[in-house]
Amino acid sequence: MPSRRSWTDQKLENILGNLLRAGVLLSALVVSIGGVIYLLRHGRSPIDFRVFRGEPADLRDVHGIIRDTVALQGRGIIQLGLLLLIATPVARVAFSIFGFAEERDWMYVLFTLSVFSILLYSLLGAA
Amino acid sequence: MTIVEFSLLVCGSSLIAGLVGALTGLGGGVVLVPLLSLFFKVDIRYAIGASLVSVIATSSGAAAAYVKEGFSNIRIGMFLEIATTLGALLGAHLAARISTHAIATVFGVVLLFSAYFSRKPRSQPDREVPPDPLATRLRLNGSFPDADGARTYNVQHVPTGWAVMFGAGALSGLLGIGSGAMKVLAMDQAMKIPFKVSTTTSNFMIGVTAAASAGVYLNRGYIDPGLVMPVMLGVLAGSLLGARILIKVHTKWLRLGFSLVIVLLAVEMLYNGLSGRI
Repeated sequence: MPSRRSWTDQKLENILGNLLRAGVLLSALVVSIGGVIYLLRHGRSPIDFRVFRGEPADLRDVHGIIRDTVALQGRGIIQLGLLLLIATPVARVAFSIFGFAEERDWMYVLFTLSVFSILLYSLLGAA
Repeated sequence: MTIVEFSLLVCGSSLIAGLVGALTGLGGGVVLVPLLSLFFKVDIRYAIGASLVSVIATSSGAAAAYVKEGFSNIRIGMFLEIATTLGALLGAHLAARISTHAIATVFGVVLLFSAYFSRKPRSQPDREVPPDPLATRLRLNGSFPDADGARTYNVQHVPTGWAVMFGAGALSGLLGIGSGAMKVLAMDQAMKIPFKVSTTTSNFMIGVTAAASAGVYLNRGYIDPGLVMPVMLGVLAGSLLGARILIKVHTKWLRLGFSLVIVLLAVEMLYNGLSGRI
């Protein structure tokens, strides 16, 4: 039934498209809040991006970022917003797994699971 | 320069990059890294991290609009994302191992290619290609809305397309760009997918590809919140604005001007990379 398949594909894609937009807007909001706090506290200091030092450990992983956010640190909140942004396409892939499973397209469930594992490996494992 | 002044300047230039990128369809990511590293003297690894994050923002932000048109093919996208995300992991790992001079030089070469491809005519004649057994098995063939109902299309040369996509992913992870032009090239030229389907599917894939390398960059400490904040907000605002006024502007001269800027940035990146200044 090709017509039914393409119809559910379109429905799935509409949901996913809106999910992506919501994720981006939420992330932009969180980044802006963090940005205001950061600029109010540190705005008058001179910049220092010319030499690469790498970020401190607390801005590199989920636990540290959440800890900094709870402490209302501007940079931590910005980083949380960026984490949300990176998570948005990951969420789209995760939702697609269910979408393909509902269509009983197991080959594509497998493909989508592969993409999802690569993304999780990158976010959590690869340093 | 204080942080406030720097943030405002970076936000303004990122907005222009995002706006022109959306208007010309070339994407703003390709000029962000040269802009930050050449003019704002930001370390190129921070610049790449900031650009990657912005690429996710523009791709995801535009997705909802593209999806409604019904052109993107979710199966082609997902199947090829296996290649682009694997490539992106490779690129992100390479970025930590090779020198910044080498990264700047590769960037210059890629900029020259993007300028060249942006000058190529984009309209594709209607082509009828026979079904390919592998593409049929993978259920890649699809259809899109047309003036007289739905038009079906067949996909060709799956392994070639997959390989080019792996390369596009690696470049994206290494340089922090969306490499949308190379993704479209793989689908439109190699796999014979209709142009409109190629561009919208490519937009969908760019965000997932960039997310795969952004994770690695974040874990490595290449994502600086103070820098990414103005870049990401600026590019996002610019690209959303660009999508709204897209129809009203004559893009021909804008594209020509933008490709000239890209060539100049390419020369500058090559010079700085080869002479060891970046």
